[in-house]
Amino acid sequence: MANYLIKRILMLFPLLIGITLITFTVIHLAPGEPVEMQTAMSPKVSAESRARLREFYGLDKPLHVQYGMWLSNLARLDFGHSFAPDNRPVLDKIKERIPVTISLNVIALILEFGLALPIGIMAAVHRDTLIDRGISVFVFVGFAVPTFWLALLCMYFFGVKLSWLPISGIHSLGSETLPPLERFWDLAKHLILPISIATFGSLAGLSRYMRSTMLEVLSQDYITTARAKGVKERVVIYRHALKNALLPVITLLGFSLPALIGGSVIFETIFSIPGMGQLFYQGVMARDYPLVMGILVIGAGLTLIGNLLADLCYAFADPRIRHGRG
Amino acid sequence: MSAEIKGPFQEFWQRFMENRFAAAGLVIILALFLVSLAAQFITPYHPDAIDAWHVLLPPSADHWFGTDELGRDVFTRVLYGARVSLKVGFVAVGIAVLIGTVVGLFAGFYGGWIDSLLMRVVDIMLCFPTFFLILAVIAMLEPSIWYIMVIIGLTGWMGVARLVRAEVLSLKSRDFVQAARVLGASDLRIIFRHILPNALSPVLVSATLGVAGAILTESALSFLGIGVQPPTPSWGNILTSGKDYIEFAWWLSLFPGVAILVTVLSYNLVGEGIRDALDPRRQ
Repeated sequence: MANYLIKRILMLFPLLIGITLITFTVIHLAPGEPVEMQTAMSPKVSAESRARLREFYGLDKPLHVQYGMWLSNLARLDFGHSFAPDNRPVLDKIKERIPVTISLNVIALILEFGLALPIGIMAAVHRDTLIDRGISVFVFVGFAVPTFWLALLCMYFFGVKLSWLPISGIHSLGSETLPPLERFWDLAKHLILPISIATFGSLAGLSRYMRSTMLEVLSQDYITTARAKGVKERVVIYRHALKNALLPVITLLGFSLPALIGGSVIFETIFSIPGMGQLFYQGVMARDYPLVMGILVIGAGLTLIGNLLADLCYAFADPRIRHGRG
Repeated sequence: MSAEIKGPFQEFWQRFMENRFAAAGLVIILALFLVSLAAQFITPYHPDAIDAWHVLLPPSADHWFGTDELGRDVFTRVLYGARVSLKVGFVAVGIAVLIGTVVGLFAGFYGGWIDSLLMRVVDIMLCFPTFFLILAVIAMLEPSIWYIMVIIGLTGWMGVARLVRAEVLSLKSRDFVQAARVLGASDLRIIFRHILPNALSPVLVSATLGVAGAILTESALSFLGIGVQPPTPSWGNILTSGKDYIEFAWWLSLFPGVAILVTVLSYNLVGEGIRDALDPRRQ
C-alpha cells in the first residue's frame, strides 16, 4: 500500500509537467497575439510602441524561454498577471470567482447523486420491466438534449412566459438593501434554473452508469449464493449488492471534482453567472494568455489530484486492495 | 433446419434490425442525410435570402418553422444546418478514431516504454476539461468549420486509444497472430492486417456515440458564437438568435433544438444497437 502510494505520488510530477507543456503549446500555437488584439483597433499605435508592449508582456523572448519563465513562476504558485487592462494577478481573479462556482456546483452535485443513484438502482432491480424501460427512455433523451437549449426553453417558460423566475445573474438590482431573509430568497430564485439544468444535464449518464454497475454486481456468484440460502430479496439488494455497486461511484466523485471548480462555460454565459466558466470565456475572448493558461493548468491539475484521491479512497474502501492484493 | 448459412455480417445485421429503436435511429439518420443533401429541391427559399418584409413571422403554411430576425426561412436554415452538423460529426470522429486507433495499436502491440509513454499522454489529455481546451484553441484561431472539426477530433481520441489498446492486448497472444509471426509477417503487417480488423468492433460503437458528442459540441460552440459563423446556418448559431429574440420568437429556439435532440438521440440509439448486436450476451 505504501509503495503504491509513493509510486502514484511520484507519477504526479511528469504528468503535471505534461499538463503545463500541452497548455503552453496550445496557447502559443495559435496565430494572433494579445498585443495585436489591443492595438488592431487603432492604426495610430506605432510599430515601436507595439514592440514595447510585447517586451512588457515578455512576448519578444523565444518560446522555450517564455515556457521556462512561466514554469518557474508556476512552481512558486505565481500564475502571472492578467493581460486585461486591470492587470491584476491571475490567481486573485480566479479566487474571487471560485466561491460562486463551487457553491452552485456542490448543490448540483448533491442533487445529481441523490437522484441518479436511486434511479439507476431502481432500473437495475426492475430490469426489463416497464420501470426500466421508462427510465431508459428518460436516459436516452437526457443524453441527447443539448443543455444550453434546455436552458433557453426554461428561460422562456419560467422567465418570460410565466415570469416566475429571473433569468440572468445571481442577484436582483438593489438586492443589497434587502433584509437578509429576502436577500437569500432573491439569491435562491436566481439559482433555481441554473442548478436544475446543471443537475439534469448529468443525471442521464450517472444513472445509466449506476444501472450497469448494479446489474454487474447482481450477476455475481455471491448474490446467487445469498439468494440460494434464502436471504430476503430486499436484504440481498440493499445489503449485499448495493455496498459493492457503490464502490465505483467513488471514482466518479473524484472525476466530478474538477467540474466543481471549473464550472460550465455554457451555463455561466447563458445565465450570466459570475463564476469560473464565465471568467474563462471572457479570458479566451480577450486572448488573456496568463488567465487562460492559469485556469487550464489549475483545472487539469485538480483533475489529476481528484483522480489520485479517488483511487486512494477506492483502494481504502475495497478490502481486496486494502489488504495488499492491489 | 434451414439450409441457409448466414455470414457474420448478416447475423449482425439481423440482430441490429430486430432492435426497433436502433433501426428507427438508422432510418432517421439516413433520412437526414438525404434531406440535407437535397435541401434545394425541398425548400423554395435560399438559406441566406433576407426578406425585410417578413421578419420574425411565426410558423405558417409558407414558413413551416417561421422566419428569423432577417426574414430568412427557419425551416430552410435548419435543413442546410443539418449539413454542418452531419459533416462535423463525421470528420471530427474520423480524426479521433484514426489517432486513437493508431496510438492504441502501437501501445498495445509494442508494450514497454512505448506503451507507457503513449498511455501517459492519454492520461494527461484526459485531465483537461475538454470543452475548456476546445474553447481556448478555437477562440485563438480564425473561426472556421475545418478547425472545429480538427480540434474536436484532436481532443476526442483518448477513449478510442484505450479501447483499442485493451483489445490488442487480448488479441496479441492469440494463435492466429502467433501463426502470422511464425510465417514471418512483419510487425506492421501483423498490426494492420491481423490485429486491426479484429479490434474494430468496439471502435465502431464508440465512434457512433462519438458522432453524437461531436454534434453537441459543435452546436454549443456555434451557440457561443465561436463555431460556424453566420451567414452559414448551423443549428447552434440559429439558437444564438433564438436566445436574442426569446421574448418574441419561440420558434427560433424550438426547431433547431429539436433537430439537435433528434439527431443526437438517433446516433446514440444506433451506437447502443451496434453494441448489443455485436455482443449477444447483452441482450
